[in-house]
Amino acid sequence: MIHKFTLNDYKIVLDVNSGAVFELDDCAYKMLDFIDLPLPAECPKDIYIKLKEFSNDEISETYSEIKELVEQGLLFSKDDYLPFVEKLGTAPIKSMCLNIAHDCNLECGYCFASQGDFGHGRKLMTYEVGKKALDFLIENSADRYNLEVDFFGGEPLMNFEVIKKLVSYARSLEKKHNKNFRFTLTTNGVLLNDEKIDFINKEMSNVVLSLDGRKEINDRFRCFQTGKGCYDIVLPKFQKLVAERGGKEYYVRGTYTRFNLDFSNDVEHLFALGFDQVSIEPAVTEKELPFSVREEDLTRIFKEYEKLALLMLENKKQGKKLNFFHFMLDLEQGPCVYKRLRGCSCGNEYIAVTPEGDIYPCHQFVGIEEKKMGSVLSGEFDNKLKVDFASATVYSKEECKKCWAKFYCSGGCDANNYLYEGSIKLPHTISCEIEKKRLECAIMIKVALAQ
Amino acid sequence: MKHIKIVNKANLKETAHKGGCGECQASCQSACKTSCTVANQKCEK
Ligand code: SF4
Ligand code: SF4
Ligand code: SF4
Repeated sequence: MIHKFTLNDYKIVLDVNSGAVFELDDCAYKMLDFIDLPLPAECPKDIYIKLKEFSNDEISETYSEIKELVEQGLLFSKDDYLPFVEKLGTAPIKSMCLNIAHDCNLECGYCFASQGDFGHGRKLMTYEVGKKALDFLIENSADRYNLEVDFFGGEPLMNFEVIKKLVSYARSLEKKHNKNFRFTLTTNGVLLNDEKIDFINKEMSNVVLSLDGRKEINDRFRCFQTGKGCYDIVLPKFQKLVAERGGKEYYVRGTYTRFNLDFSNDVEHLFALGFDQVSIEPAVTEKELPFSVREEDLTRIFKEYEKLALLMLENKKQGKKLNFFHFMLDLEQGPCVYKRLRGCSCGNEYIAVTPEGDIYPCHQFVGIEEKKMGSVLSGEFDNKLKVDFASATVYSKEECKKCWAKFYCSGGCDANNYLYEGSIKLPHTISCEIEKKRLECAIMIKVALAQ
Repeated sequence: MKHIKIVNKANLKETAHKGGCGECQASCQSACKTSCTVANQKCEK
């Protein structure tokens, strides 16, 4: 399978199964439409007829180049991934989202957690429950050395004292169990102060700072109960945190909605504020919600990603070290095929734990009774559900199997699939379209930089 | 080659030999928390 596309005047081909990427001239680009395997030694006559705008020499030369690449296994390479899929059973749990606070000091209009409480009332996780969750993680992580714990909410800083105690508890277990904890935290910034910034910069290997971009865009949704936006309050705190972060990983993470489909301006705004690691995601929620992006917005959205790609390219050429999360792509040394086959691995390697100690496949499944997997308090754990989630590979999803983006996207978000399409194995169309566009942009940037 | 420029020829299949150690970050723990791009994750090996 190949995927060919033009972008920014480049004619690009991705060979899906090998991962090879090519830039083609017009003749080669057109010829690919008429290639049938196995390739005869000489270019078939009908190709000369179909490409009559090119000279015979050009055609025969191009044909031999294509043939050479096919013989090297770089073009139209075979799909022999099934044996790897079959090897993928369940895996140890090594990653945990701790919903440390089902409560929030903002009421963002688009929040999937329904104002932070996930629709189940406001609640903070106690130290005891958190400890049990960490014990559960260690017990179920087998020989995995790196364990990730993300403090999430609601707003995790509403339960800062418990976070501190849990980090120190986890650190006390590292040596004994031969584990390395990597903590991350996602915050809206309202409660940040010097003490918290110091703690985060010392203990969190990554921190995600929620901010949507331009003030009027941010303040439209990210508001206090009073209706006042949070931009002016959180911005200086985020800037301070990043300035003192010492090069450690962080992301400023925004959401774009139907109301700011010109979101490349928000990315630019965030760069201009001094943030160099930015991620902006679409709000894909129930179709009827006014702010949710819809199918008819896609053309506009694609244009915006293209614009952003040109901007990123310009930045790169000027040597600026700015990153847009979804355009980051390592063609040479990306993740291994096992990782790519199963993507997020929620409900298998990754779980979320609520303040009550309930276990869900990930933070987006929290509150969906049917997908509740167990409890860290009772130690119950539904292995059948785990097996089901572990089986969600790109080869068990019919749409993904046929999709050129499968080894980059890795099957999409199982939670979106479930919430909007009814099954973890049914890809959510709008998300797919956006993901594919972002990948094309990311590949184009690589092609352009190879000039 | 005159008509085709190879931008990248890393072969995905070869990563199968080293792969699957499970030590890298779960993709949703990285930056977005709502969706999944896996190809931009760092391999620990
Ligand atoms: S660390 Fe690398 S080899 Fe190991 S599972 Fe992750 S991507 Fe694969
Ligand atoms: S989720 Fe969509 S974009 Fe991703 S691999 Fe599957 S079909 Fe392709
Ligand atoms: S299902 Fe979606 S939200 Fe949950 S871990 Fe996977 S990608 Fe992330």
